[in-house]
Amino acid sequence: MTRSHLQKLEDESIHIMREVVAQAERPAMLYSIGKDSSVMLHLAMKAFYPAKPPFPLVHVDTTWKFREMIQFRDNTAKDLGLELLVHTNPEGVAEGIGPFSHGSEHHTRVMKTEALKQALDKYQFDAVFGGARRDEEKSRAKERVFSFRDKHHRWDPKNQRPELWGLYNAYKHKGESIRVFPLSNWTELDIWQYIYQENIPIVPLYLAEERPVVERDGTLIMVDDERMPLQADEQAQMRRVRFRTLGCYPLTGAIESQASTIPMIIEEMLLSTSSERQGRVIDNDANASMEQKKQEGYF
Amino acid sequence: MFTTDALPAQTDIDDYLKSQNNKSLLRFLTCGSVDDGKSTLIGRLLYESKMIYDDQLSALHKDSKKFGTTGEGLDFALLVDGLSAEREQGITIDVAYRYFSTDKRKFIVIDTPGHEQYTRNMATGASHADLAVVMIDARKGVLPQTKRHSYIAHLLGIKHIVLAVNKMDLVEYSEARFSEIWQDYLAFAESLNVENIHAIPLSALQGDNLVTASSNMPWYEGPSLMSYLETVQINAATQSLPFTMPIQWVNRPNLDFRGFTGRVASGNLHPGDAISILPSNRHATVERIVTYDGDLTEAQAGQSITCVLTEEIDVSRGDVFVTQDSHCHVSDEFTAEILWMSEKPFIPGRQYLLRQGTTHALCTPSKPTYRVNIHSLVHEAAEDLSLNEIGCCEILLNRAIAFAPYRTNPGLGSFILIDRATNATVAAGFIQSSESHLANVKSQPLLVDKQARSGIKPHKPAILWLTGLFCAGKSTIANLVELKMNQQGIHTMLLDGDNIRRGLNRDLGFSEANRVENIRRIAEVADLMSEAGLICLVSFISPFAAERQMARTLIGDEQFVEIYVKTPLEVAEQRDTEGLYKKARAGVIEDFTGINSPYEEPESPELIIDTTELSPEESAQVIINYLKQKGITY
Repeated sequence: MTRSHLQKLEDESIHIMREVVAQAERPAMLYSIGKDSSVMLHLAMKAFYPAKPPFPLVHVDTTWKFREMIQFRDNTAKDLGLELLVHTNPEGVAEGIGPFSHGSEHHTRVMKTEALKQALDKYQFDAVFGGARRDEEKSRAKERVFSFRDKHHRWDPKNQRPELWGLYNAYKHKGESIRVFPLSNWTELDIWQYIYQENIPIVPLYLAEERPVVERDGTLIMVDDERMPLQADEQAQMRRVRFRTLGCYPLTGAIESQASTIPMIIEEMLLSTSSERQGRVIDNDANASMEQKKQEGYF
Repeated sequence: MFTTDALPAQTDIDDYLKSQNNKSLLRFLTCGSVDDGKSTLIGRLLYESKMIYDDQLSALHKDSKKFGTTGEGLDFALLVDGLSAEREQGITIDVAYRYFSTDKRKFIVIDTPGHEQYTRNMATGASHADLAVVMIDARKGVLPQTKRHSYIAHLLGIKHIVLAVNKMDLVEYSEARFSEIWQDYLAFAESLNVENIHAIPLSALQGDNLVTASSNMPWYEGPSLMSYLETVQINAATQSLPFTMPIQWVNRPNLDFRGFTGRVASGNLHPGDAISILPSNRHATVERIVTYDGDLTEAQAGQSITCVLTEEIDVSRGDVFVTQDSHCHVSDEFTAEILWMSEKPFIPGRQYLLRQGTTHALCTPSKPTYRVNIHSLVHEAAEDLSLNEIGCCEILLNRAIAFAPYRTNPGLGSFILIDRATNATVAAGFIQSSESHLANVKSQPLLVDKQARSGIKPHKPAILWLTGLFCAGKSTIANLVELKMNQQGIHTMLLDGDNIRRGLNRDLGFSEANRVENIRRIAEVADLMSEAGLICLVSFISPFAAERQMARTLIGDEQFVEIYVKTPLEVAEQRDTEGLYKKARAGVIEDFTGINSPYEEPESPELIIDTTELSPEESAQVIINYLKQKGITY
């Protein structure tokens, strides 16, 4: 009996995670609470069973995440008995940085990219797992599984180590770090099929429900708290929506949907004609914008 | 025939999901020359399998106008060429991974660049592939590039090749042209011994024989590329081999559980199986195969598992579990082909770090016994290897490891070499056999050993390695130290750079390769001196950290005293009475340390002597004191 494609992906991800733990001095998992993080965490539970994953979860909290995400995050860490480290950029908070007042680009740079660098410097992590997949975006398609960052957390696409077989070269100089992507070869469809097959808990925001939203520039934004300023002619409407990706609520577009179960999500996805990153406001800034952000230190 | 992932029926998503759970996975590589249309082919496969969404398609429409090379039409290649540098240059410069699936299979497409200088990228891609699609432009036929790519696919052990003869629309869909190319290719490929080769005439741009059979080529009766990829049988040869698994990590959550984790490299494992643990060759029995989803009755090649043994045996990362009939060797030397992947050339005799399985060792590759001429595939004599060259070397390790030939067991037969200074991956290696020219030269046991020799002397053996710029003051200090020790009745020997270069090393110049060999010989001679029980002073510029590290490893930490004679370049230049610095600055002398060849400062030497602060006499005293303090002299 040959292993199915999901089993093979699972074998590969587990192998990657164990290589990191065996070679890194201070590993951590960047836990973003989304579906990919849920799958990555589930794989970590498998990779180190019966031990607990031997590293903490790190969440970079921009203070603008959906409330349900934060609740899910805290419950998950508690239920699994894992250490959770939450970091927020204190300067960003002091300056009152937010997506409404400062725009998506500035907000993302200060509260996400800068905050992430602060967290990594603070805890001196030398290897950090991320849930990015190569099928998400064109510049991700060329990223290594072990992706090196210099002292300033920068990625140099022209100077990547060749990665052959399963022989990952984790040697690095002091101050350098590695981002590791165990889900590199998974697709969005694989992620959903695996969540369904393994019965992995996910944030309920992925499932369709009546939620208060306003429509701005063709994007449905959920009114998750009172910080969202409404224009004079705007009024939150209850619509049956769900999210294909999760991030800061003001930057995450909802889609109208009836899909209230995982099989329905998969069904909807197979019939869908738009990619999951479409709901992300930050990717549309410029053509190669993801590549630029990564060179600056974005995950 | 091909259908996309669209749903069979709205109602039965559950049945659909069940059928999807048993899909297999095929990883294939696409390679070919620059303009053969690879990116177009992949872009089109994604497009045809409905893996391109509307927003991506509208971005493609926009990009096609801006960067497109296909006039009015959609430029499918733009879907694939990710990095902006590539988009500007209109070429693919790195390995890119693409994903699509059909009802029958999930596919991972590994797209690799066509330019000759990117051989390493192709090899990287090929190391992850089950099958290679070699593209040919029907107008151009079999090119040197085609042969090169096929050879690399073969070198990496790919057993299935699809020859995709593209741009058939530009040769009027001619059967004769297709047959001619096919015959040409077969004549070459016979020497490669690839298990399965299949040729398909197609047009990626027009879509002929890509997904559906082409009405333009009724003479071709075989499957379209997509249906071939969906149905080709890939049997993992590693399944039928005896069991082998390198241990990744020891799982010890508490005193009652000790599990050995790893990914099975070959064969099957069952509870109750007797195994050996290499390289120490101890024996044990498998008690359980533990996973999160419950214990297994069988584990197969490729699976990530945790293994519990009946016996209490100490096992650590890097050990290899094998069944007793395994095909593994344990040795500290082997012969291997290596593909050099770094801009810095390969220097025989230099020490590199070797990563194989889950273990690592220090290694010294020999001068290549041959280099493969990648155009003719002829083996040629070679002194070294540069970027993208493939050659065969004998490799000596600082300890024995367990391995197998790459042809039978890629998991235990592959390795990478790492530069110790930069940590860069500089080579990929393929183990051929455990035979090496040194196999018949065994070390002779001696009746009087190092300890016995040093026992009759009033001091311990040691090597004082003085490194620093030319005219830093190394020789002056070394001479004073030796004089003082000689007066105390300490048996010494001084190896001076200039003197050795007039004798033992008179055949060596100042190129990087020759400097490495220079230091290797000095280190070996110094080691013999310490074997004889002497305190040996070495006064050598020795500018490269890697070579000093090699000497340290050879001699052993406890006897190696690295002394950095630190002098600023300006001061050394002032002290230079021979005017060599001036000549170097004028360009008369090449490869002069500090001027046109680097000096890599020691990171953590045992002693640093700053000659701008200490006189030669004081410097010598610092060294004498150090030796007393360390108990080397009394």
